[in-house]
Amino acid sequence: MYFGLSEDQLMLQDSVGRYLEGASELEEVRKFVDGDGALAETLQKGLEELGVPFVLLPEAQGGLGMGVLEAALISEMLGRHVSPSAFTAAYGIAVIGLREAGDEDWLSQIASGSARMGVGLTEAIGGRDDAGLTISGDTVSGRASFVMGADGATHFLLTTGDQLVVVERGAKGVSETQLTTIDRTRTVLTLDLDNVAASVVAGNNHAEAQRKMIDVGRVLLAADSLGAAAMMLEKAVEYSKDRDQFNRPIASFQAVKHMCAEMAAKLEPCRAMIWYAAYAQDHVPEEASLMACLAKSHMQEVGKFVARTATEVHGGMGFTDLLGLHYWFKRIGANRQLLGGPEKLRAEAAELQGWAG
Amino acid sequence: MDLNFTQEYEDFRAEVRSFLASNKDKAPSHADRSVRSEKRLAWQKILLENGYAARTHPKEYGGYGAEPDALKARIIAEEFARAGVPGGMAGQGINMLVPTLLELGTDEQKEKYIKPTLSGEMVWCQGYSEPGAGSDLASLRTAAVVDGDDFVINGQKIWTSTAQFADMMFCLVRTEPDAPKHQGISYILIDMNTPGIEVRPLMTMTGFAEFNEVFFTDVRVPVTSIVGQRGEGWMVANATLTHERGMLGDPDAALSRLRAIAEIMKKEHIDGKPLIDDAVYRDRLVRLQAEAQAMKMNGMRLTTLASEKKSSGMAGLLVKLQGCELNHQMAELAIDVMGEYGMLYEDSPFSRDKGMWQTHYMFDLGMIIGGGSAQIQKNIISERGLGMPREPKPTPGTFKAN
Repeated sequence: MYFGLSEDQLMLQDSVGRYLEGASELEEVRKFVDGDGALAETLQKGLEELGVPFVLLPEAQGGLGMGVLEAALISEMLGRHVSPSAFTAAYGIAVIGLREAGDEDWLSQIASGSARMGVGLTEAIGGRDDAGLTISGDTVSGRASFVMGADGATHFLLTTGDQLVVVERGAKGVSETQLTTIDRTRTVLTLDLDNVAASVVAGNNHAEAQRKMIDVGRVLLAADSLGAAAMMLEKAVEYSKDRDQFNRPIASFQAVKHMCAEMAAKLEPCRAMIWYAAYAQDHVPEEASLMACLAKSHMQEVGKFVARTATEVHGGMGFTDLLGLHYWFKRIGANRQLLGGPEKLRAEAAELQGWAG
Repeated sequence: MDLNFTQEYEDFRAEVRSFLASNKDKAPSHADRSVRSEKRLAWQKILLENGYAARTHPKEYGGYGAEPDALKARIIAEEFARAGVPGGMAGQGINMLVPTLLELGTDEQKEKYIKPTLSGEMVWCQGYSEPGAGSDLASLRTAAVVDGDDFVINGQKIWTSTAQFADMMFCLVRTEPDAPKHQGISYILIDMNTPGIEVRPLMTMTGFAEFNEVFFTDVRVPVTSIVGQRGEGWMVANATLTHERGMLGDPDAALSRLRAIAEIMKKEHIDGKPLIDDAVYRDRLVRLQAEAQAMKMNGMRLTTLASEKKSSGMAGLLVKLQGCELNHQMAELAIDVMGEYGMLYEDSPFSRDKGMWQTHYMFDLGMIIGGGSAQIQKNIISERGLGMPREPKPTPGTFKAN
């Protein structure tokens, strides 16, 4: 019995973290947010050199054939550095879905770099009246809302409810609406499709594939928030040691210490929980969906607490754009809603355990 | 990550199970609260002989002499819990005094006290807190003055659990009144039958006397009762804190409690519907389940860190604060879902489980306060875990509230 990370996993996380610490500095992230999209592609190339996009791709298609835990460790680092990267959607959720469905063609194209997929799953979780896709012959029409991983995407992997389809970006009949979310470090789109040529993903187990995409996506978003929240806590502690009021560092006031202690005490168990939820995706299939719901719902509650408390520890400066702390605050805020907010996730968790009424 | 146990440990688990299968009828029931019933003592003897109590204590003092192994300790805890059988005795004598004596006691003290303590025949209580020395324990004032071959002790202790049954007390007293407060304390062993000791039960909000007050009036104990040197008591007492960290709770305990609440919610009906059908209560249940799950995984991580002999760091520092709070919130939910029935207590007609959840709700609040209050835990987490500075001390006598 060994509950923890292996040497290899620690090395992977460390190398990704060290790369992003330099390449995804806040000043670079600000440029991306201000409309210069270059950083997403710079990071894509840098992460490719570290093998990051190939982590979940099967070895048969030239990938590394690793597990969801490795992917979660990468998502955690991306959240930690508020990095504009499509990894979680394009190389996490999409690859898991195609792997589960057994679509070797698309997996090979992703491995070779000729395809990169944004992901639209919102309607499989809780669709609005004005959204949803329908297939008619070889074409698909309707609306896919909150499509993730759009930066650098060549294709979109979308749900029609019971099937997974791929459409080419820019194909005839596709219109993209870029959304302005609080979190500008990742691009989110709404797609309107009018008789767009679509290819149905291989395999006939799309329900299972979709389930897996949702579960893994939830775990990776939780990991992203873990990284962002851990960084906010570290920044709060550092700031409190530097900031003097009443002739002493505010870190020596119990009011401030207790805020930081509460953040740390709530956050640290999330780490073990997310490790396990990620591990369960590959090794404990009967718990995979439940653990994804519990891990994401809990992480998002703790994440919200850390985001607001760390901001308070920074006082007025936390509220300004000067420190840029709000980028982490907003990343956590967006992750909370994507693929299901806490109440929705807890309702699903209850249902999975037969506790539904 | 590898959640499977190797063959060595699976074999060990099988060994524990077969021991339990053939011996569990000799075990006292959980309801047996007596400290020293014949059945409990006989059970402790069986556990000692088989290495399920005092497993890593030296053989010469009545232990089993096994190498420390956090995974085996975990397996023992799991299997005893699964079988619903009480494990070895775990009083403050066994958990705190014995490790202290092993490290710092004289040969005579080890010889005299360890064996009967491990066997359960000698019961100890801890004399640390005083009415004026709680979170600031080092300000304690119970005085021990040397007179001939004796210490003469005067003062008062409080929050002394099991004092009414105890044969002995390990106690912090002030022997050097002129030394700085941490350097004026000694650690001494007191026979509770010594004249001048009075034990008064301390009734709490639960309606039970879980604690006592202990009064000392000219109590004489031989100067040889000291552990370590005069003025070193603070260091002696803290030496055992490192041992205390070696005790890992059952990581599954919070989830078992959670499952019990889910059962209540399935069983209890209002207007013909089970409470589990109520979306609001169900949301609270799953919210606590998620937190209990996080604490379980944190506990698994701690087990691995312990078995690798690595420092537990933040994951260990947070357990008391988060665990007690979680327990309290679970009791709160159990009471709330029962509505009016939730307020029934003890032997009231219609009460559920004799109002057990009310007892938990109150007792767990006591746990949040006792053993290092939540606020002290937060100081420890921020100072030791996050490296934040201690609050500067005001000049003595200059700081007054109005």
